[in-house]
Amino acid sequence: MDSLLNRYRSITFLLVMLVAQLILLAYTVKNPEGVRLIRLWAVTLVTPIAQVAENTRTTVYGVFHNYFDLRDARAQNRRIQAERDQLKLENLYLKSELGTADRVKALAAFQTHSPSRYVAARIILTATTSASKIVVLDRGSNSDVEKGMAVITPDGIVGKIIDAFPTASQALLVTDPEFAAGVVSQKNHVKGILRGAGSGKCRIENIQAEEKVDLGEMFFTSGDDRIFPRGLPVGKADVVKDGPQFKEILLYPSGLQAGPEEVLIVISGVHQDIPAYEAPKQEDQKVYLGPPVPQTKAEETSQSLSTEADRLRAHYEDIGKFENHKYGTGSVPNFNVKVPAAVAGTNPNPTTIPVKAPVAVKPPQEKQQTEKKPEPSVTVPPPDAAPTPAEGTPPPQ
Amino acid sequence: MPYSETSGDRILSSHQRGREARFRAWVLVIIPFAGLIFQAYVPLFYPPLAYLDLALLVTIYFAMMRHSPINGILVGCGMGLAQDALAHNPLGMYGICKTLVGFFAASIGVRIDVSQPFVRLLACMIFYVFHQFLFWLMSRALLDKLIDFDWQQTLILSGFNAVVGLALFHFLDKLKDKD
Repeated sequence: MDSLLNRYRSITFLLVMLVAQLILLAYTVKNPEGVRLIRLWAVTLVTPIAQVAENTRTTVYGVFHNYFDLRDARAQNRRIQAERDQLKLENLYLKSELGTADRVKALAAFQTHSPSRYVAARIILTATTSASKIVVLDRGSNSDVEKGMAVITPDGIVGKIIDAFPTASQALLVTDPEFAAGVVSQKNHVKGILRGAGSGKCRIENIQAEEKVDLGEMFFTSGDDRIFPRGLPVGKADVVKDGPQFKEILLYPSGLQAGPEEVLIVISGVHQDIPAYEAPKQEDQKVYLGPPVPQTKAEETSQSLSTEADRLRAHYEDIGKFENHKYGTGSVPNFNVKVPAAVAGTNPNPTTIPVKAPVAVKPPQEKQQTEKKPEPSVTVPPPDAAPTPAEGTPPPQ
Repeated sequence: MPYSETSGDRILSSHQRGREARFRAWVLVIIPFAGLIFQAYVPLFYPPLAYLDLALLVTIYFAMMRHSPINGILVGCGMGLAQDALAHNPLGMYGICKTLVGFFAASIGVRIDVSQPFVRLLACMIFYVFHQFLFWLMSRALLDKLIDFDWQQTLILSGFNAVVGLALFHFLDKLKDKD
């Protein structure tokens, strides 16, 4: 190293001196903005390096920061997803609870207003197959539930208890083919037997073909089966056909349409009346009607004098007006006078002609012989004149 | 590879030492100082003398005659900075120029015999042009001074300075240490 410096000693010294003087020059000189060159050079020299360093630092920091952020974001994402799932479950649970509360409230209201005694139960299992439709309720013999009791909801009957265990019971749904209950129609009071059709529908049997059952007619339990108290809704007749001997009636049980989860078991049923049939009311419908079309005078005249009698009456009124005659005073106006056009048709509201005596149309016989089409005329007889035969009667011989 | 002094280097070194002029200390102080004073003071009374760069000529002389680049650098740096200080130039403008002139002049002095008048004349002209061109270049590059370089004037002044320098060098040769 020493030998190298010895060899290039002069050059090294020259460079040192030049650099030193450059620094001195830069310190001394200011640019037009008043900034010393040494500061300008230093900034110019250092700025790119600082920029490179800063960019490098930012890049490296950004990479690591993003990496850790990404890791955090992933963990946060997982955490949020778990929270969201949890909230979803909670939401579902709360919705379910809310629905349950509503149903329980409806059941309680029904229980309160119904004279029968019920036990509320929840459907906890279902054993529905294509062959049988059976559900398991969470109330059993410990809750006084016995075999043969009716299972209902406020909307209608659901089924009946076929087995009662201490803590649970099995109910046969109304849609099961083995199910049967006595029903009666609301409007025509036609009695029949409700049987499950196996699917979601029920069939009403033993209704004679000549019996009258309307489509959409409501059926209620008749109480004849000694299971369901009288007066519980069953459903509306959706299909009504006349068979050779019996009617074919299908209905969807109203008690199952809402997919019941809570039901009532009738511990002791009280028969009730079938609600009276009320014809469906026609709802008042407001229909917009536009303003009437303004009519011309000719249309009004032609519309008001639409018949021959109207036109004849208007003609006589014009005559009376032209001769200043008041009908009913005893005198007779000259009906042969020709009414000027200025007077004719000026009476918008023709007055009625008071007729005290029967009015007879007397076509003059001499005119009938000379004229082919005699104009009709109305003769108002004097009050003391004898009554003439009614209009249309043949003239006296 | 370690540097080893060869016989050629030794011969050259002895030859340089044989041609190296020695000056008394006061000469090394007074002459540059006098040159600076003259440069700064005399043109006040006789402005054309402002074109005479005595500081440059002194630098060239001492750099060439001392046969040492470092000495030349020091002389040039000192003269230039002093001239900058006196001329209200940014410090370093003349300093850098004269430092380079000193270095190159010393480098020439090492290699050729600079006691010949023609060599001195030519060296003074070349270094004057080089000095002026470098100053112009630095003025444009560092100070943003938009000035033109007048080659014709520079060449004329270089001749004038060379002539004066030839006389000055002859005078300064008298101040050499004979021992």
